[in-house]
Amino acid sequence: MSATDTVARPKPPRQPRQLRAADRLGPASGLGLGVLLLWFSVLVLLPLSAVVVTATEGGWSTFVDVVSQRDTRAALLLTVGEALLVALVNAVVGTVIAWVLVRDDFRGKRLLEIVIDIPFALPTIVAGLVLVSLYGPRSPIGVDVVGTRTGIFLALLFVTLPFVVRTVQPVLEELDGEVEEAAASLGASQATILRRIILPSLVPAITAGTSLAFARAISEFGSLVLIAGNRAGETEVASVRILKFIERDQFESAAVVAFILLLVSALVIVALDLLSRKVAVRG
Amino acid sequence: MADTRLIRRRRGPVTLVLRVAVVVYLFLLVAWPVSLVFDRAFRASGPHEGGVGAFLERLGDPAAVYAFNLTLTVALYAVIANTVFGVGISLLLVRYRFVGRRVLSVLVDLPLSVSPVVVGLALVLAYSSTTGWLGGTLQSVGFQVIFSTPGLVLATAFVSLPLVVREVVPVLEEIGTEAEQAARSLGANGRQVFWRITLPSIKWALVYGVVLTTARSLGEFGAVKIVSSGAEFRGETATLFVHNHYQNFDEPAAYAVAMVLVLVSVVALAVVTYVRPREERA
Repeated sequence: MSATDTVARPKPPRQPRQLRAADRLGPASGLGLGVLLLWFSVLVLLPLSAVVVTATEGGWSTFVDVVSQRDTRAALLLTVGEALLVALVNAVVGTVIAWVLVRDDFRGKRLLEIVIDIPFALPTIVAGLVLVSLYGPRSPIGVDVVGTRTGIFLALLFVTLPFVVRTVQPVLEELDGEVEEAAASLGASQATILRRIILPSLVPAITAGTSLAFARAISEFGSLVLIAGNRAGETEVASVRILKFIERDQFESAAVVAFILLLVSALVIVALDLLSRKVAVRG
Repeated sequence: MADTRLIRRRRGPVTLVLRVAVVVYLFLLVAWPVSLVFDRAFRASGPHEGGVGAFLERLGDPAAVYAFNLTLTVALYAVIANTVFGVGISLLLVRYRFVGRRVLSVLVDLPLSVSPVVVGLALVLAYSSTTGWLGGTLQSVGFQVIFSTPGLVLATAFVSLPLVVREVVPVLEEIGTEAEQAARSLGANGRQVFWRITLPSIKWALVYGVVLTTARSLGEFGAVKIVSSGAEFRGETATLFVHNHYQNFDEPAAYAVAMVLVLVSVVALAVVTYVRPREERA
């Protein structure tokens, strides 16, 4: 065990207060927990288990069968590829937007705050319709991306816009201006301050926001329906693939693709949880 | 405050470039496309009339009225369910220690990261009367879930489940238990503590969560598309109406209903943006 480990160990525990009697479940709160858990199971756990069981009961061979279909594989690859690209763009653009919102001051900034939240607030199908209005067949600027991968990219960019902005913004607001002042007074250039002081403290937030954007992008459906064209093997994303399986009553294949999406989401959630715990301990 | 202002004053041309870039990006990606919906909803195009009259006429169409009614009904049930669940589970997660608490708090967040299509599939696999695990049993007692309103409620409640919890949990953690303990030591019972102390302190967080849940419920599309038959007057919600009418080349009706949905989301957003600062100042 290294010296730094032993130094880091005697940090005060995060829950310093003692467990009081009120912290343990009594008869009433125990019953409440039971009822809420029952509802949660009926609503979430049981249906999701049905997906997992349906996907896995056919064994490994069904899995391989479904994934080796040309169109399914194309859909999965397209989805993951687009999601990665969109997440990366968000990491950069989202951080810049957060920066402008926190450090800059101009008339209409408050309006920008609302504009950024619009993609979260809009129903996904309306988001698709909105994008088709400007970038579709009747585009006033003559740009038509319906049925192309650019269309998918645009829709994903739209629905994931707030994630990085909203995770980075609060961290940036909390940053201590004095540290930057000190660095500047010691002769650090703006670029050095940005690279050595600001960015390192933003990295956890950027990572968290980017993973959220990625998770959203791989599972997106509503905003893509109108803009993607949904041609099998070309512009068909995983969620549309699942829909087509369901419509053909091929529930097992649908479940397999769904299971893969669930796995990726779960992976991202766990990673995020670990990351936020690490950040919380450090902070 | 003074510190940041000092830093701000020193910003030069880079700040300006970034500001312009951000404004242009947001204008092209969000503001312009969204504003076009207003334009399409009210302007005449081809054989279709424009103006407020034609717009209202499209909304008064029985199929549109049915869609809005269904959407509101479903959203109402989903919001009630999620508010009760959200407050209850937040209290339990924050105020009590029990086995599996950590796992539960992660699981509660799960619905936000599950694709709406997967939500729909999951509900079909569990409750469809032909292929579902429990569908047959429920059918035999005369209760149909999939392709009827209960399925829509479940789908909607599923996708918006964590929104109240996410707002209430941080506030509960922040306010601590001092006031509640004081009340209890003065002889207040559990119910009094909840109504007089806990609820007032989480009031704004709860409002925020309920508004978000409502907005999400009114706008759910993917999960609803799968558990609903989706036909006119038979399970066609407002979002399905937009989809179906756009696909059937009835753009004016699609844009009219979409316009209403946009307005609802913008109002919800405005409420939330103005509620939150007030709560923080208090």
